[in-house]
Amino acid sequence: MREVHVDAIASAISEMCQSAGVALTDDMLQALEKAYRDEQSPLGRHAIRILLDNARLATATGVPYCQDCGVAIVFARVGQDCHVVGGALSEAINEGVRCGFAAGYMRASMLQSPLDRRNTGDNTPAVIHYDVVPGDRLELAITLKGGGSENMSRQAMLKPADGVEGVKRFVVETVANAGPNACPPLVPGIGLGGTFDKSTYLAKKAIMRPIGEFNPDPAIAELEKELLVLCNETGVGPQGLGGIVTCLWTPIEVYPCHVTALPVAVNIQCHANRRREVIL
Amino acid sequence: MSQTEHARSIRIPFESSQVIRDLRAGDALLLSGVMYTARDAAHQRMLQGLERGEELPIPVEREVIYYVGPTPPRPGQAIGSAGPTTAYRMDPYTPQFIEMGLGGAIGKGYRAAEVREAIRGRAFAYMAAIGGAGALLGRCIKEASVIAYEDLGTEAIRRLVIEDFPVIVINDTLGSDFYEVAQEPWRRTGGGG
Ligand code: SF4
Repeated sequence: MREVHVDAIASAISEMCQSAGVALTDDMLQALEKAYRDEQSPLGRHAIRILLDNARLATATGVPYCQDCGVAIVFARVGQDCHVVGGALSEAINEGVRCGFAAGYMRASMLQSPLDRRNTGDNTPAVIHYDVVPGDRLELAITLKGGGSENMSRQAMLKPADGVEGVKRFVVETVANAGPNACPPLVPGIGLGGTFDKSTYLAKKAIMRPIGEFNPDPAIAELEKELLVLCNETGVGPQGLGGIVTCLWTPIEVYPCHVTALPVAVNIQCHANRRREVIL
Repeated sequence: MSQTEHARSIRIPFESSQVIRDLRAGDALLLSGVMYTARDAAHQRMLQGLERGEELPIPVEREVIYYVGPTPPRPGQAIGSAGPTTAYRMDPYTPQFIEMGLGGAIGKGYRAAEVREAIRGRAFAYMAAIGGAGALLGRCIKEASVIAYEDLGTEAIRRLVIEDFPVIVINDTLGSDFYEVAQEPWRRTGGGG
């Protein structure tokens, strides 16, 4: 059995938090550059120009790309032949978030409880999704998820009779309704099928997929293409200032579902799409 | 913010209520002067204080409130990343501040119909800064000092000295909404604000 020490986990998480805080991924930067070329509305283009300048400045100066450094969301794929030693895995992940946010001069946004609203002061705890997979590796993927876009996310238990048209309508309405509140251009992650909870998990998983990578199922990939066109017909545009680039990508994740159900979830990701991943 | 070359330089606090009344939805402005930060927690606390008969910790007459929770500065910096937060969370409090003479607020996103109505006819402008451009906007902030509610951390009230801070007027005294105006020509399907 392969061993991975908690210290290695904490330091990997800490580094990913710091680097994600100041730099978008290359796929995201390329998508914004393409958006700048494609956008026809002068005001929309100007907004994207500012976002690209902001990205360059953040990377050059080490000042976070966005002041909302987000909730640390971690997808941990734990190989069943991988043994974590030296402590608890979840605690190691939280330790990494704690150190990374302090070292990167990042904003702590997590509260102790939704009702007493006292800040924990170090942006912990992270939201962690575990998956046990074959192999002896530990794969960690992280995203720093901003609140403004998360708040505009929605889920619906559609009727099977609503069909694919109902799904499209719900996604487009959610994007239009999010508008400038969610800092477009957006990447709405779409979860289709499963149960109530599974659909929202799928939507979150969808935003972890690199921009430009379609769903392997050709029929779903077609739906992704169509949804991108439909979302960009809302007119919302960059920053809600009007235009043809409201969304950069519309990734869909799918899971089997119950005979009575058609769950759909849309997890709105803003342009501060800050992902990292590592294999230990 | 539209075409920065067309942006008008404006001093804040606004020099007169006429200056505010002359602002139109869609105007691009570069603000310089002094403004104050406050998010939902600070708004709530200010209004609770007023109810207890306490004075507000900030002046409001023709002043501007910036909805922001910045990142901590690195040594030698005035402030860290400092872009706008979503404005609708302040909707329950804004009409009362307009009543007290506040001149403007900066955030991002749609305002509730009640807020747009409260703005109509008053010397108040809701302005948007580019959401998520925190590193760039932080650069326009030259000084920052916490002046109230320090225990709120990032949500404490700060006094900011700013230079050429870019905003665009969204809701003006005539009741116009620039998001609606700007999106309409590009809309091909249903949906919208
Ligand atoms: S929605 Fe995203 S880009 Fe906008 S303020 Fe929040 S984290 Fe930043």
